[in-house]
Amino acid sequence: MIRTCDELVDLRNSLSAQRDGNSRYVAVCGGTGCRALGSEGVFGALESEIKKQGMDDQVTLKMTGCPGFCEKGPLVLVLPEGLSYQGVKVEDVPDLVSKTLVGGEIVESLLYADPTTDEKIAYESEIPFYARQRPQLLGMNSRLDPTSITDYIALEGYVALSKVLSGMSPDDVIEEVTKAGLRGRGGAGFPTGAKWRITRDVPGDVKYVICNADEGDPGAFMDRAMVEGNPHRLLEGMLIGGHAIGAAKGFVYVRAEYPLAAEHLRIAIGQAREYGLLGGNILGSGFDFDIEIVLGAGAFVCGEETALMASIEGRTGEPRPRPPYPSVSGLWGKPTNINNVKTWSNVPIIIEGGAEQYAQTGTERSKGTKIFSLVGKINNTGLVEVPIGTTLRELIFDVGGGIPGGKEFKAVQIGGPSGGCIPKEHLDTPIDYESLTALGAMMGSGGMVVCDEDICMVDLARYFMTFVQEESCGKCVPCRLGTRAMLEVLTRITEGEGQVGDIEYLEELAQQIKQSSLCGLGQTAPNPVLSTIMNFRDEYEAHIHDGRCPSHACKPLIHYSIDLEKCTGCGRCLHDCPAGAISGAKKEPHSIDPEVCVKCGSCYELCKFEAVLVE
Amino acid sequence: MITLTIDDQEVKALEGSSLLEAARENGIEIPTLCYHEALEPYGSCRLCVVEVETPRGPRLVASCVYPAEEGAVVKTNSEMVRRSRRMTAELLLAAAPHAKVIQELAAEMGVQEPRVSLSDNDCILCGLCVRACKEIVGANAISLVSRGFTKEVSPPFEIGSNSCVGCTTCVFVCPTGAIKLEDVLGNKSVHTWETDFRTRACKVCGDHYLAPEFAADLEKSLSEGEA
Repeated sequence: MIRTCDELVDLRNSLSAQRDGNSRYVAVCGGTGCRALGSEGVFGALESEIKKQGMDDQVTLKMTGCPGFCEKGPLVLVLPEGLSYQGVKVEDVPDLVSKTLVGGEIVESLLYADPTTDEKIAYESEIPFYARQRPQLLGMNSRLDPTSITDYIALEGYVALSKVLSGMSPDDVIEEVTKAGLRGRGGAGFPTGAKWRITRDVPGDVKYVICNADEGDPGAFMDRAMVEGNPHRLLEGMLIGGHAIGAAKGFVYVRAEYPLAAEHLRIAIGQAREYGLLGGNILGSGFDFDIEIVLGAGAFVCGEETALMASIEGRTGEPRPRPPYPSVSGLWGKPTNINNVKTWSNVPIIIEGGAEQYAQTGTERSKGTKIFSLVGKINNTGLVEVPIGTTLRELIFDVGGGIPGGKEFKAVQIGGPSGGCIPKEHLDTPIDYESLTALGAMMGSGGMVVCDEDICMVDLARYFMTFVQEESCGKCVPCRLGTRAMLEVLTRITEGEGQVGDIEYLEELAQQIKQSSLCGLGQTAPNPVLSTIMNFRDEYEAHIHDGRCPSHACKPLIHYSIDLEKCTGCGRCLHDCPAGAISGAKKEPHSIDPEVCVKCGSCYELCKFEAVLVE
Repeated sequence: MITLTIDDQEVKALEGSSLLEAARENGIEIPTLCYHEALEPYGSCRLCVVEVETPRGPRLVASCVYPAEEGAVVKTNSEMVRRSRRMTAELLLAAAPHAKVIQELAAEMGVQEPRVSLSDNDCILCGLCVRACKEIVGANAISLVSRGFTKEVSPPFEIGSNSCVGCTTCVFVCPTGAIKLEDVLGNKSVHTWETDFRTRACKVCGDHYLAPEFAADLEKSLSEGEA
């Protein structure tokens, strides 16, 4: 139990003394991604192998949070030198321990290899994926065990809280956050300080703060990594926010599909209570604050703040009209401030280093860093944290390593179902809230789905519309029926049944859905369609007017044939065709029966002579 | 009282009233489907959208749930409003092509034929039945379940609900006739919810008029009211 700020300092000093910066420290990524690839097995093997080779008194082994490079997991980081081992399997462990931990050598086979030169890179800081990042938020993930409050305290954790409780008034805190220029990381980018100010100024004895951890955009998983990897920083941010706003109670609304995040959060809350960092009279300051976890039941719409609050209250997760805004009448009718995981987690960084230092990163109007999840057709799948204002080109090609298989970059879908597709002409756009909105996308939670030349933009729009019409709460007509109507039209276009006037009908529907829907889900749902029409109208027209899918992705619009000049009659395609649609004698040109062909594309991919044609 | 401008006309309204109430009080008609004066507004049909001036330009809001504010400038029949209503009517017609009220509404808005066909279900999920059952009857026998296009009104677990007192308020408030009541010799059945109940016959005229459960419920709430 820590009773005062001084006691916290004493504890930190004694903990830091125990953590010798020069000693061996092995961090195994325990994020959901690496666990799925077997990192728990690797951790267990390391534990017993280290013991077996008599190194257990010289090596600290930790299961940590996610450093971001999910593509190459399971990840093992060896400190102090910063050696990065990737794709580590249980059978690699004996070598890893004997060569690196005992012998001080590097295991070449576990190193990152540059995809173009095949050159091995040993140190995390030199791998291009990491070298270009500024991991203010994610950086701590591989340095601590998320289930250990002492790890967090030893690494300056709760310094910001003690700074606040020992001498900053709520107004000072709000002023600092305002000066830092922090904007809501949930997507809309509302200035955080101003939001806190509004809730603080509303009269009322009981106020609440909420953390929205109901991350649901397809392809976005940064909040998961933050809660799994560093739950105490989130708690610390909420504590500081609670003090500033005048709340004694906070809720974290985390989706039940994130069991590990919820578990780490539960452990962290338990420890914080035990250490006196949650509860009554925190650090002797007279400030009372506690946090409760609420599990979401899998509805995307519960990420919308009014639906989220309804869900916490135990009602159906349906949005309600605003006004009244949550800052005036939120949870159980009380003034409530809702921020996203990343927003809350930025707060201790601002307080600890000061607003001026924080505001040095970013652009004129958008300060700090932003985490993006890079997924889709990209070499380095994972989480990346860069200063706001980094260009798309840097993010996708320098950090993300470009497009696999020598394919062309076509577009990047940013901001999930509320966002849009940005084509290659805009690759040099610095990413911030305003620039993305101007391009018909939005910052959103930061999901980036990279598309190569094989992705059909109409089909992509259809995918997102399938998602939103399913996840619409169904309350209001424009969203429930409008998104369904858009899906019907998009489906008929991708099936070759598009009609003249469909593009205009989609635009008309989109405009009405945006204008008339009740909540943010409906008001942004048409964006993926509008932005693809804006940037790839020719693809829509090719489907409708020419019955052609330029990316060869929409099956009903393509057909396969064999170039008789090029076909050597090797029989490979004939042998592998799952439908038995290919015929021909050995060493004679083959042919495809279009009636039988299921358009799976396997012949096209298999043919070594480029004899299979797709139109 | 507050003063605001609706359709270029300066009007007075009670503080705390919605834009819809303010308009209707002043004889300005706004179409609605999910609104009923006896029930909490829900804001789902979006037919009652009106255009309000904001610092960021004109914006559509649902008048049934949007507060009337001092100095507000509102248009209930602008081009922006008409276009939105027309699309809403077209979507409703695409989903409930056989509901008479929807056909009439669509015709009024100038919608001929919907450009897609979505379903053939008279229920438009306005939620009037659910709210009436909850707020007026207090039975909570039905609610809105599921999401998106699969959303529907249903008793718990789609089985006839014990909470239903057979008052048939839901049948009465339903604007499209989607809730069907069958009445055969004192046996009533709301087969939309798979609920059956017997009705009591009047001692004088012999007409069946009330389910015993409803009578008991009514007696109970009346005596509570007295106490």
